[in-house]
Amino acid sequence: MELKDKVAIVTGASKGIGAGIAKAFGQQGAKVVVNYASNQKSADSVVDEIINNGGTAIAVQADVSKIEDVRRLFAITAETFGKLDILVNNAGIYDVLPFEKITQDDLQANIATNLIAPILCAQQAVELMQNGGSIINISSSVTSNAMPGTLVYAMTKAGLENVTKTLAKELGGKNIRVNTLSPGFTETEGAYEKGLMGGEWEASLLAQIPLGRIAQPIDIARVAVFLASDASGWVTGEKIQVSGGS
Amino acid sequence: MKLQNKVAVITGSSKGIGAGIAKEFALEGAKVVVNYSSSKDYADRVVEEIKSNGGSAIAVQADISKLDDIKRLFAETMEAFGRLDILVNNANVWRYEMLDQVTEETYDMQFNTGLKANIFSIQEAVPLFGEKGGSIINISSTISLNPVPGTLIYASMKAGIDTLAKTLSKELGPKNIRINTIAPGMTESEGSTADGRPGSEMERTFLAQTPLGRVGLPIDIARVAVFLASDDAGWVTGERITAGGGLL
Repeated sequence: MELKDKVAIVTGASKGIGAGIAKAFGQQGAKVVVNYASNQKSADSVVDEIINNGGTAIAVQADVSKIEDVRRLFAITAETFGKLDILVNNAGIYDVLPFEKITQDDLQANIATNLIAPILCAQQAVELMQNGGSIINISSSVTSNAMPGTLVYAMTKAGLENVTKTLAKELGGKNIRVNTLSPGFTETEGAYEKGLMGGEWEASLLAQIPLGRIAQPIDIARVAVFLASDASGWVTGEKIQVSGGS
Repeated sequence: MKLQNKVAVITGSSKGIGAGIAKEFALEGAKVVVNYSSSKDYADRVVEEIKSNGGSAIAVQADISKLDDIKRLFAETMEAFGRLDILVNNANVWRYEMLDQVTEETYDMQFNTGLKANIFSIQEAVPLFGEKGGSIINISSTISLNPVPGTLIYASMKAGIDTLAKTLSKELGPKNIRINTIAPGMTESEGSTADGRPGSEMERTFLAQTPLGRVGLPIDIARVAVFLASDDAGWVTGERITAGGGLL
């Protein structure tokens, strides 16, 4: 029980990597706030799974690109659990777009959810993390392995990685650690929705993974547990890429 | 017990970070080979402490700057425990010298015990992991990316160590062997105390830049080593993790 009695918010936790992290945190004894933007049914089933395994969780709707929603998310957390120890900035949108088709709206929407929202959430988190804490920003291996079509996504994640470095220096004195977790290609509902599974894209990515398979959310979640727990107490301002060597 | 029944060799683990890792591994259920070059008393003390906490350990002398000693270290490991799961390349010698003072002798000393020994230890260990694979951890230093005057040889050598994991993660991945680097920041040890570091100006300068506001302890590094040695890091290979309280 590495996270016994810790309170954690995981944004965008109704599916994929966020859901995997929420469930792993629940298994390690944390009380988990499963945030979702619109997918209530999925969020509720994540909460149910955590509770069925003996854990504690609630689902809270909030579009984290909007400051009023962010405030509400943290107010409900404070009201329900009285404190906060862990924030996982995982909510993100991922648009694969040919460069010529990128619009100003695409840029602004991606920046709002992927870069601005984590900053707004971190600000709220700091107020509730009275005894220190751990903030984990979820990035992506595309920031170090540029791929055509991912310009907008990679740009926002690269910005987020830099936020980690600055924030770690600003918040160290409050005993709040900030780190980036950068997953490689992972088998998620999102990957299926985008048509990335079961075809040429998946095959070419697989060929580049030394450990010889595609990641599952649990592979990523285990590293999130490490970064949330005291085992990483001396690690801050760092980025860990979790991509099976690719 | 994250390392139940795993066998781990930790080079240079009679003191400092190595000893910290050896003890923490044993607490997590590993059987530990405490390698030392000449500090037998210290190595024996680490083994005693591990045993008194219910763990399993032996001390094995080997000067890893010599290839024959490396071979013997692993032969004795297989004889005692019959398997190998984890290798921590930690042994470290350093001498800070400004450019005009550097000699061939100090170059050889630091590179032979550091980068060269790491490579040949890995070469010797890999066949012993078998099909189940394993985890290799190389101990580097934040100095490799943020050197200060006087650390030319040390920083160059540690930079070489940083690259081992990047190269070998690709070669060894298909064998189910993960390899990663830990780069500790300023960490208290018998070595740093002998160097006169506690309370020094160098330490004060580093502390002022450390977000978490203190000097590191071997246990801080050991916890990261446990993570990298365990299945929790099953999808992490080719990575370098700094453990310096935010001082990169």
